[in-house]
Amino acid sequence: MDWSPIWISMKTAGLSILITFFLGIFAAWRVVSMKNQGWKAIWDGIFTLPLVLPPTVAGYFLLYLFGVKRPLGRFFIEYFGVRIAFSWGAAVIAAVMMSFPLMYRSARGALEQVDPDLTDAARTLGMSEWRIFRKVLLPNGLPGIVSGGILAFARGLGEFGATAMIAGNIAGKTRTLPMAVYAEVAAGNMDSAFQYVEIIVIIALGSILLMNYGAYRAEKKRRHR
Amino acid sequence: MMGEERFLLETEIGKRLKDFQLEVSFAAGKGCLGLLGPSGCGKSMTLKSIAGIITPDEGRIALNGGKRVLFDSRKRISLPPQKRRVGYLFQNYALFPNMTVRENILSGLGAISGYESASQKKRRAEEMMERFRLEGLGERYPGQLSGGQQQRVALARILAYEPEILLLDEPFSAMDTYLREELRLELAKVLKGYSGVSLLVTHDRDEAYQLCSHLVLMEEGRGLASGKTKDLFQNPETWEAARLTGCKNISPIRRLGPFRVQALDWGGLELETSRPVGEEICAIGIRAHDFCPLSEGEAEAWKGRPGANCIPVGDPSISEMPAEWHITLENGIWWKKEKGVYSHDKAKALPPWLRVDPSAILLLKGKTATGRS
Repeated sequence: MDWSPIWISMKTAGLSILITFFLGIFAAWRVVSMKNQGWKAIWDGIFTLPLVLPPTVAGYFLLYLFGVKRPLGRFFIEYFGVRIAFSWGAAVIAAVMMSFPLMYRSARGALEQVDPDLTDAARTLGMSEWRIFRKVLLPNGLPGIVSGGILAFARGLGEFGATAMIAGNIAGKTRTLPMAVYAEVAAGNMDSAFQYVEIIVIIALGSILLMNYGAYRAEKKRRHR
Repeated sequence: MMGEERFLLETEIGKRLKDFQLEVSFAAGKGCLGLLGPSGCGKSMTLKSIAGIITPDEGRIALNGGKRVLFDSRKRISLPPQKRRVGYLFQNYALFPNMTVRENILSGLGAISGYESASQKKRRAEEMMERFRLEGLGERYPGQLSGGQQQRVALARILAYEPEILLLDEPFSAMDTYLREELRLELAKVLKGYSGVSLLVTHDRDEAYQLCSHLVLMEEGRGLASGKTKDLFQNPETWEAARLTGCKNISPIRRLGPFRVQALDWGGLELETSRPVGEEICAIGIRAHDFCPLSEGEAEAWKGRPGANCIPVGDPSISEMPAEWHITLENGIWWKKEKGVYSHDKAKALPPWLRVDPSAILLLKGKTATGRS
C-alpha cells in the first residue's frame, strides 16, 4: 500500500486549517464590525459562497485565477518561479477556500454572541478596537471559534472537488486520501480503496474527538470560575 | 433650571427610533441628575448617546460649560466613546468574565495620562480595590462574586480613570430587593464623593428621590418636566408627571367653582382644594399616603365645615403588605395605611371615613381625560 496519500492529506489539512483559522476569524471580525448593512450582506455573501457552490465550480474559479496562462498564475511563475496549478500548494489553496466559509460563519456567530454591553463597556473604558478584539471578543467567543475550527479541519481533510480541478491527482504529490480512494475505485481496486477509507474515518473521527475534548475542557474551566 | 450654576453637561439630542422620536434636552450641574420614566421611554438611549455608543441624528452634547464638545451634528463632531472619558455603569455591570477583578479594574487605565507605567497602574488598581472593599478579591473572576461585589468592581473600574461624567443605567435592576436598599445607600455615598456630574437612569421613583437632586421626567422619548426632585414630587403640575412620580390616584374633574371640583373617576366625589382651580386644570391627584382615617364621630364633626373632604370607605378590597395595608375603596381610590409587621387585623385597619386635606390635592393639567371630560 502507498502511504503517501496519508502524509499528503495530513500536511494539506494541517497547513490549510492554520491559514483558514486566522483568516476566518479575521474576516468574521471585520464583517461583524461593519456598520453599513449593505456592505455587510455583500461581504458575508462572498465569504459564504464557496460553501454553497459546487466544489468543481470553486475549483474552476481557482484554475481561472492560478492557471499557468492566467495573469495571477503567470505572476507567480515570473516573479517567484512558482507554478501554482497542479502543485501541492494548489491542494492547500483549494482546502483553504473550501473550509474557509465554515470557519468564517462559526467565528462570526461566536463573535456576535458576545454580549454587546461588553464591547460597549470596553469602548467607554478607552480600549482600542484591536485590543477589544483580542482581550474581549476572542476570549469570550472562544468555544464557538474552536468548534468552527473543528468543522473547517474536517472539511479540509475531505476536500475533493476543487482539489481535483486545481491540483489534480498526481500520485506522491497532490494525491490526498479522498483522491486516492477515487483513484483506487476507478481502477477497480475496492480492497485498497477500503484501506484508505478506514484511515480517513479514523483520522477524521479522532481529530474531532480530540478537539471536542479540548472544547469541553475549555467550557468546564470557564464555568468553574 | 439650576440657577446661575455653570452647567457641566449640556445635552440636546434627537433620534428617530422604531416607535417614537427621541427628543430630549437638559443641562446638569454638579451632583446627580435623574432621568425618570417607564421602561422603553428612551432614557437608556439618551445615556448611550452621551457615551457615544449610539449616534443621535441631530443635536449637541457638551461638557464643562460647553468647552468640551462630544457631539455636534451641525459641526459634524462625534467623538468615539474611547475619547469621551465617560464612566458608564451598565445594568448588568458588563464586567469582562474572562478577566480577574484586578484585570477588570486595570482595563480602563490603558490610555489615561497619569498612569503610564505598569507600576502606577497597579498601584491605582490596589487603591481602588481598597476603596471599594475588594481586598483579597483581586484574583477572583466576576462569576465568583456576589451581585453587590460585582457592582463595586464595576464602580472601581470606572472611577479608577476619573471620568468627567458618570452615567448610571438602572444600576439596581439586576439586584435582589433585599440588596437594593443597602446598595442604594452605598451608591449615594459614592455619588456624594464624586466631583463631576452624574446621570442616573431609572424607572424607580424611590431610587430617583433618594439619589438625585434634580430630575427629568421622560415619556415616549420626550422630557415632560424637569426641576428639583422635591419640587417635582410636591407639585408635579401635569397628569403624566404625577403618574411618573408615583401618584396612585388621578381622576379627571369637572370644575364646580374656584376651589371646588368633582372627581369623575371616583363616583362623582366632590372635593375642596386649597389652591384655586384654573381653567387649564383638568385632573386632580391624591397620593395614596395622604388620607387620614376618621371615626364616625370625627366625620360628624367635620361635616359642614369648610375643607371637610370626607370620603366614605364602604366595603373596600384590601391587600396586606409587610408594613402597609393597600386598600382600594369602592370608588377606585387607593389608600396606603401604614401598619406593623405584627398586626394582621383587617377590621381594625378600616375606619368608616377617610379625609383628605385640601392642600394634599394636586391640581394637574396636561393630558385630557381618556374619552371623558
